Formats: sequence, C-alpha cells, structure tokens
Amino acid sequence: MKNEFQVIADLIEKDKKVLDVGCADGTLMKFLKDNKNINIRGLEISKEKVQECIAKGLTVIEGNAEKDLKQFPDKSFDYVVLSQTLQAFLNPELVLDELLRVGKKAIVTIPNFGYWKVRFHLLFKGTMPITKTLPDEWYNTPNLHMCTIKDFFHFVKSKDIKIFKSLALNNLNSSIINESNLGVKNLFADLGIFLIEK
Amino acid sequence: MNTEKNIKTLIVKKPLKLDCGKTIKDFPIAYETYGSLNSKKDNAILVFHALTGDQFVTGINPVTNKEGWWSYAVGPDKAIDTNKYFVICSNVIGGCMGSYGPSHKDPDQKIFGTNFPVITINDMVNAQYNLLDHFGIDKLFSITGGSMGGMQVLQFISNFPDKSKTVIPIATTSSHSAQNIAFNELGRQAITADSNWKDGNYTSSDTNPGKGLAVARMAAHITYLSKKGLQEKFGRKLQEREDLKFGFDADFQIESYLRYQGSVFVDRFDANSYLYITRAMDYFDLAKQFNGNLSEAFINTNAKFFIISFTSDWLYPTQENKDIVIALNSIGADVGFVEIESDKGHDSFLLDVPDFLSALKNFLDKSYEEN
Repeated sequence: MKNEFQVIADLIEKDKKVLDVGCADGTLMKFLKDNKNINIRGLEISKEKVQECIAKGLTVIEGNAEKDLKQFPDKSFDYVVLSQTLQAFLNPELVLDELLRVGKKAIVTIPNFGYWKVRFHLLFKGTMPITKTLPDEWYNTPNLHMCTIKDFFHFVKSKDIKIFKSLALNNLNSSIINESNLGVKNLFADLGIFLIEK
Repeated sequence: MNTEKNIKTLIVKKPLKLDCGKTIKDFPIAYETYGSLNSKKDNAILVFHALTGDQFVTGINPVTNKEGWWSYAVGPDKAIDTNKYFVICSNVIGGCMGSYGPSHKDPDQKIFGTNFPVITINDMVNAQYNLLDHFGIDKLFSITGGSMGGMQVLQFISNFPDKSKTVIPIATTSSHSAQNIAFNELGRQAITADSNWKDGNYTSSDTNPGKGLAVARMAAHITYLSKKGLQEKFGRKLQEREDLKFGFDADFQIESYLRYQGSVFVDRFDANSYLYITRAMDYFDLAKQFNGNLSEAFINTNAKFFIISFTSDWLYPTQENKDIVIALNSIGADVGFVEIESDKGHDSFLLDVPDFLSALKNFLDKSYEEN
C-alpha cells in the first residue's frame, strides 16, 4: 500500500464510518476495513474498478462524485476521503462543498503542482511536467484544475473551512504544514494531505 | 398443469389476506430446491422468478424439458453456487406451474378463470414466506431475482426486514412506469381480443387464446432486447429466401424469430396467468405503500443490498435501479451498486454476461465468508 494511504489511515480513528470517494480498486478501503474496523463505503466511476472492489468484498457504488454525492445525507459519515482526484473534477469547489456536507470531516489529498521537480520541468524543458504523481501527458491527463499546496491552503482558508491538520508528503516522509513553512513545503512536497471540516 | 408429478407442492393452511380484500387458504405453492440446506440453516437463497418464469431455475425443467430460466447463474460452481448454497424458488401465486392460479378450481370445482382474485407483488411474497417455515429457516442468506423477481425482492425485505442477510434486486424498479404499464396493457389486449379467450373461460369451452397470447409474448419479447442487439443479430437478414416475396409471410429473420418465440410460449404458459401477473407488476409501487417515501420501505432492515442494472436495459433502466440505491443511501443502509455493460437489453440478467455473473458470485461468496 502506498505511503499516502498509510498517512490517511493514521488520521482515522478505529470503528468510524468512512466514505472513500474515487476509491479505485479499494486498496485503502480494504486496509481500513481489516485494520481499523471501519464501516467503509466507496464511490467509483470506473466499472472495472467497481468489479475489483466487489471481488474484495467491499461495498461500493458505481457513480460520479460530481452528481452522486448529493444522495448522501448531511454528516452521514465520520470521514470522507478524496485521494488525488479533486483536480480532475469539472467543478472542484462544488465537490469540496459536498465532501464537507456529507462528512463530519474530510481528508483531501492533492498532487502538488508547486513541487520543485514540476517547476524545474516546466522551467528548463518548457513542456508540461510529468512526475510520479502527475504521470500523464497534457493531452490525456484527467487533471483539469491543477493547483499547488499553497493554492489549496489559501483556498480552504478563504472558504472558512477549518484545517485540522495539513501534511506534506515527500516519498516516505510526512511533515506538518503551517503558515510559516508553507513556502518551503510547497516546494519540497509532491503531495499535500489535508484534514478539514466545515 | 398442477397435476404434473414432478412438481413439489406446499399446501398453505394459514389464511392469507390479499390486497384486493379477499382471503385465500389451503392453497398450493409449487416450489423447487437446488443444493442442500446446511445444519446451521444459514446458506439458503430464495430466488424470485420474473413474469414468465417458474420454480425450475436451473437444470432441465421437467415440464417443458428445456433448460431452466436461470441456468447461466445458478448451479454447481456457478455464480449462485449450489455446491455451497441451498436455492429455493417457487412459482408465484397467479402463475401456471402449480401454484394457486386462475387455472385452478374454485371451492365449487369450477375453474377460476378471471374469477381468481387479482393478486399483487405483496401477495406473492406473503405467500412465499410460508416456505421459510416449511424448511425451518429463521433467516435467509440472500434473496435475489431480476425484473419482476427484483420487485418481489424489494417487497420481501420491506415486509420481512430481518429475514435475509443480503438482498440483490436486479434490473428492476420500485414502481412500474407508464411505459411498463403500457406494454403490459398491449399484451393483455392482445389476449382478450382473441375470440378464443371467451372472457377467460377458454378451458371449459376447450379452446385456447393462443394467437393473442403469442402476440402478447412477441410484443413483450421486443422490450427485453436492445435495438443494437436486435440489429446485430438480425439486421435486415431474410428468412430462408433470396429476395422479398411481396407478401405477408415472415420475409425477415426477426419476424420468423418473434413468431417462433410466440408459438413456443403458448405451449408452456397460461393466458389468464399472463393477465394476472402483468396486473400484479402494474400495481407495484413500493413508495406508494409508504406515503411516497421509498426509504421508509427499508428503514427497519440491516440487510446488505447489492443492486445491479444493465446499460442497454430500457425496460427497467439504470436510473430506476439507482433510485432504489438513492433511497437506501438516504437512510445510511449498506448498499452497493454496479451497472453492467451489455448489449443484450433487459434480458442480460438471464444470459451469459460474464461481468454480471462474476459480480453476483463475488458479492455472494464474499458476503458468505463474512457470515
């Protein structure tokens, strides 16, 4: 399991009810179910991935977060997880609002466009950056709204969303992000992980 | 048809009050089982059949000598694995494979015909519930069925919320749409317009409204297939001829196919049963039973739901299946949902559609492991 999922799992207490939005093949769901006795649900747009989740014995709903989150009642989950998908929605702001409506808390992770490798790639090669967390070409990437850790940090603040914890992830190391180290973390982390509430 | 020696029958002694207000008692439920009930009695799956199905789910149907209607899904090592699970299926009341229906005799020894009480999906499941007592099963492992079978699944768990661990409605709806009712009415009109129908008393006059029933089947059969599926299978191909014949014989293969489907159906199905069962489907509106709030139908159950629809099913389209998912999510129920890619229309659930069969198998087997 990738380190990102371990960091996410560490943010969630045992016995909680969790919705994994864009749960893919259910790796995180399975881990949470088996190790933390989490009552876990998934929402996934890909039919193939839904089948993989069913084969793991996971409860998953085939659907699109932009349309299908509205069926869940307010605060019906302790946590809603969205891993590296926010930038792929047509309207990320709307999805973020929905995550915070459905979940008492939300855990959102974003691939950081401010990561130094991304900046170097664009600066020296002059082509759209391709990195471990941004593996696609400009013409086939699902990402529509790339942002940096700094962008997201400011965005949630401007929406009066409470940040409980924000973590910068670089390979195996995670560290706390705060106002004073934001510029540095924005340069050296390839992934940002935010535990938020509204 | 109820005299066939291969039909197992349970006589229900307990009176059953029907939705129409009448009460029936000492009536037969014809059923079949596959696999064996384990000692803990926790491996039973109740399968509900669709409009023209019967209790002979898999293997050779001893009455028609044809493959059972769900042979792709049910059997040893199949999606519903009879090495592992005890499968029970019964003919719905109103049907014509041994359960109490319009071809049976009333207390005065007269064949009911259209004097048989109008039955509902609710009546069907209330009648079938007696099978649990018969087998001494406190709680089923699963209930499942497609189309009208799915309606019975929804009604069953609503009526008996703690009687099944898992619930699998397939290609179904919680409320029959105007289009659904329209197609059923077309079928009923075809039957009653046949002069041999004789107000439903065709048995005593030794006739059979076969022409009308065949047309009903032909019309319905079209609704079970997709436009793409029909086009790919038949296109404009001609039936055993080089060119058009400028007449009204079956020039096209699709015409010949439909005529064949109509004719074989008449041999195995009772016209009055067709009227009664389509009526039961049309009356089905689960939300209406709960003042328009479908979620209320499921408020008392802790069962795990898995809902399956098919991309090319325009009779019970994905959205109608999703409406059930939405109703369940709004009360925080444990519900999974998948839409299976298939060109085979509504009939997909009866056919060899590997993604469907593997999803069904995985859901059942994984849920059973967690038992």
